[in-house]
Amino acid sequence: MKNYIKYMALSAVLLTACEAELDNPIEDGGVYSSGSADFSTFVSVGNSLTSGYADGALYISGQQNSFPSILAGQFALAGGGEFTQPLVDDNSGGLLAGGTQIQPNRFVLALDAAGNPGPVRLEGTATTDITNVLSGPFNNMGVPGAKSFHLVAPGYGNIAGVATGASNPYFVRFASSTEATIIGDAAAQNPTFFSLWIGNNDILSFATSGGTGVDQSGNLDPSTYGGNDITDPNVFASIYNQEIQALMASASGGVVFNVPDVTSIPFFTTVPFNAIPLDATTAAGVNQAYVQYNGGLAQYAALGVITAEERDARTIDFQEGQNAVVIEDETLTTLPNPAGGTLPNIRQATADDLLLLTTSSKLGTLADPDNPGSVIGVGVALGDVDVLIPEEQALIATAQASYNATIQGLAQANDLAFVDSRAILNQLADTGIAFDAGTLTSTFATGGAFSLDGVHPTPRGYAYLANQAIDAINSTYGSTIPKVNIGSYGTVNISN
Amino acid sequence: MKRVLVTSLFLLASTITFAGGYRVGLQGQRGLAMGHTGVAYVNSAELAFFNPAGLVFLENKINASAGGFGVFSSVAWQNEGTGQYAQTDSPMSTPFYLYGSYALNENLSLGLAVYTPYGSTVEWPTDWAGSHLVNNIELAAIFIQPLVSFKISDKFSVGGGPIFVTGNVNFNRNANRFLTDLEGNRSNVTIDDSGVTNWGYSVGAMFKVTDNFTLGANYRSEIILDSKDGTATFANFPNDSGEAITVGTTEIPSNGTTGFKASLPLPAEFTIGGSYSKDKWVVNFDYTRTFWDVYEDLDIVFSNGQESINPRNYKNSSIYKVGFGYSASERIMLRAGYYFDESPVQSGYFAPETPRNDSNGFSAGLSYVISDNFAIDASFLYVRFKEINESYDYVDDGSSFGGDYKSSAFVPGIGLTYKL
Repeated sequence: MKNYIKYMALSAVLLTACEAELDNPIEDGGVYSSGSADFSTFVSVGNSLTSGYADGALYISGQQNSFPSILAGQFALAGGGEFTQPLVDDNSGGLLAGGTQIQPNRFVLALDAAGNPGPVRLEGTATTDITNVLSGPFNNMGVPGAKSFHLVAPGYGNIAGVATGASNPYFVRFASSTEATIIGDAAAQNPTFFSLWIGNNDILSFATSGGTGVDQSGNLDPSTYGGNDITDPNVFASIYNQEIQALMASASGGVVFNVPDVTSIPFFTTVPFNAIPLDATTAAGVNQAYVQYNGGLAQYAALGVITAEERDARTIDFQEGQNAVVIEDETLTTLPNPAGGTLPNIRQATADDLLLLTTSSKLGTLADPDNPGSVIGVGVALGDVDVLIPEEQALIATAQASYNATIQGLAQANDLAFVDSRAILNQLADTGIAFDAGTLTSTFATGGAFSLDGVHPTPRGYAYLANQAIDAINSTYGSTIPKVNIGSYGTVNISN
Repeated sequence: MKRVLVTSLFLLASTITFAGGYRVGLQGQRGLAMGHTGVAYVNSAELAFFNPAGLVFLENKINASAGGFGVFSSVAWQNEGTGQYAQTDSPMSTPFYLYGSYALNENLSLGLAVYTPYGSTVEWPTDWAGSHLVNNIELAAIFIQPLVSFKISDKFSVGGGPIFVTGNVNFNRNANRFLTDLEGNRSNVTIDDSGVTNWGYSVGAMFKVTDNFTLGANYRSEIILDSKDGTATFANFPNDSGEAITVGTTEIPSNGTTGFKASLPLPAEFTIGGSYSKDKWVVNFDYTRTFWDVYEDLDIVFSNGQESINPRNYKNSSIYKVGFGYSASERIMLRAGYYFDESPVQSGYFAPETPRNDSNGFSAGLSYVISDNFAIDASFLYVRFKEINESYDYVDDGSSFGGDYKSSAFVPGIGLTYKL
């Protein structure tokens, strides 16, 4: 028996010895260096872009491909520890509050009856109920919808405020207490390394509302802001600095991202301004409906009430071929209508107007099913909520430039790795980015970089951002973290 | 002298491999223990494989050899560019053989051989970095061959016979590097077929130059296994509609089971060699050329219209083998051997389903005579591969999959020899 055991042990040793072993195995560690950074406790703070949100929802496989999760996977090769995320309960992505659905399921790409692919909300029951609070802490502190000042707002995870919009259902799921702040829960983990990507929603919610919010520049009290308002740049600067300091208290370093241009994301670039195809007969017929409006403009211009430029910009003229959409523009001069009331503040769109992705489903449809003249974009103008006009874009750009100056300045002042996500997204939109099986672009649904909500990246897009973060971290801290192969990450999900 | 032998046995034992591609060179304990030589070695019924011409030179009227091996192989892979790594967890595979010969008269012997010269069992972790090339593969072929061995003169004989092959294959891989269903499960395809049959042959010649020195040559024909009755199972594709859908430029097949057609060549092999014996010693030298260039592509055409084209572009390759035997006593014969096995895989075609580069095989073994009729044979083979940085550059999305590979295999074997 003793001998038997001895032989068993011997053969076990022989079997192990026969396992192929590489000269310099990655598995054993020591191949990659963390440089002067310490990745042992990595905490990520931010909004939807940090959480792994995609396709208009937060769902498990999206979270698993969040950029911080991809980063943590690579950090693990150089001393990084476990990376926990507040995973939702399913891959449908909707949220429930006490059984009632409060956030819709995710988009998937499905074929319509004619075989054309388009985004549709996934059917099925959501199972993630925000009343089921998870016990943390979680390394991924990304909260969809969060603005800069929300990270420091006590009560942002209090379920009592969800109905009124005072708190955030995604933070409710894993806040350490009803009065906890996101940044407080992050700092309490004593991160040795952090990522911070915040500020996007401080302009983006204004942009996706079609600029219906208020530019709050000059108003230093964010508690008075509406959900679609632009955050005052000084408020942003002060709070951003506060957040960096809170995270730097324990960290050896971190990586920060700036705010991309709204004009680089497909939500604003997919629907063309001249989305209306007409034949000559139809164009002539439609123009008849605008004869009075155009005539009125000509008279006001002749009287000097409006300039010739405004007259030209507002004059509606449809022709055979692609035609610019008729839109509402609140910056136009309000003119009395001789027949009573006022003339509508409408004009045809130009290449400088950004039509929101959400207009694609209503353009060309009838506003009034019984009125064939009520074609949206032709006989009925798109509303203020549907279009981002140049004046609104300018407000966004001004605030964004100030946020980005703050982010880059504080990154330099604190020796943080800096990712110019604005430049990256512009490159995706302008030329695309080549990888080993094609080119990643911003083109909606097919470009590979953006998910079906037109705002958030796909796993492949997040992987590319993670790689850019790795480059920045390696050059800042002298580490040698390897990058991932973005071709191994998925794009949009199809359902059939 | 004894000490030298023991030392060299030890050295040999610490350094051994198989043959390139999916050839598994394990066709007899005695031959394997001597570097898988035997084309000119008149010793046992193993000649039924190594060179049927030699069967007629066996001293006994009835000869039989049977045995099997346990193949423990593993492959480690990593890519320093991305930090990914993986290791196979392949189950033990068990090649076997059964040979017999019967001397009808002094000039004519009949024989039968059953052996498993081709196969591959590789199991990578499911969904590993190279899962778009292979998750797991199991390939096996059994050769069954009746034989005739005829003595033309006291010095010269010929032999051979038809080969009946029956093979089976099970191969699973992911659809590509990323596609999943809505739950995040990777889309994958499994092909499975068994009882794929075809015919071939082998012929050999043997020439006794002197009492001590013999030359031999043996040729085994190419056999193509055409699989056409198997099943292909598409699983976890985001499409349950029953027919393929096209989204943009991507075609997505439907989940379900369909048929497929594929061809796998089992290449021809030509071996020439000599055997020299003196006193208690015997030395064998064999050279084998394997005509792998027949393996150009692994093309799988599915009945649902999908196609998978996988260039292989193998080249002909050689194996150089040497083996020693020493009669330590009346009952014990010690054996050792070495071979160098050139890989048929060309640079840029290194696919993880058969990750074989050049290898060195080190073998040892012994035979113990139990009685006048029976002997036990044992062998041990260690196959050593150099670590190699290689890639497969023909993934259908245009990408390349590669990294550092290191393989090893160790193969204990046991068998029985009978003579009457």
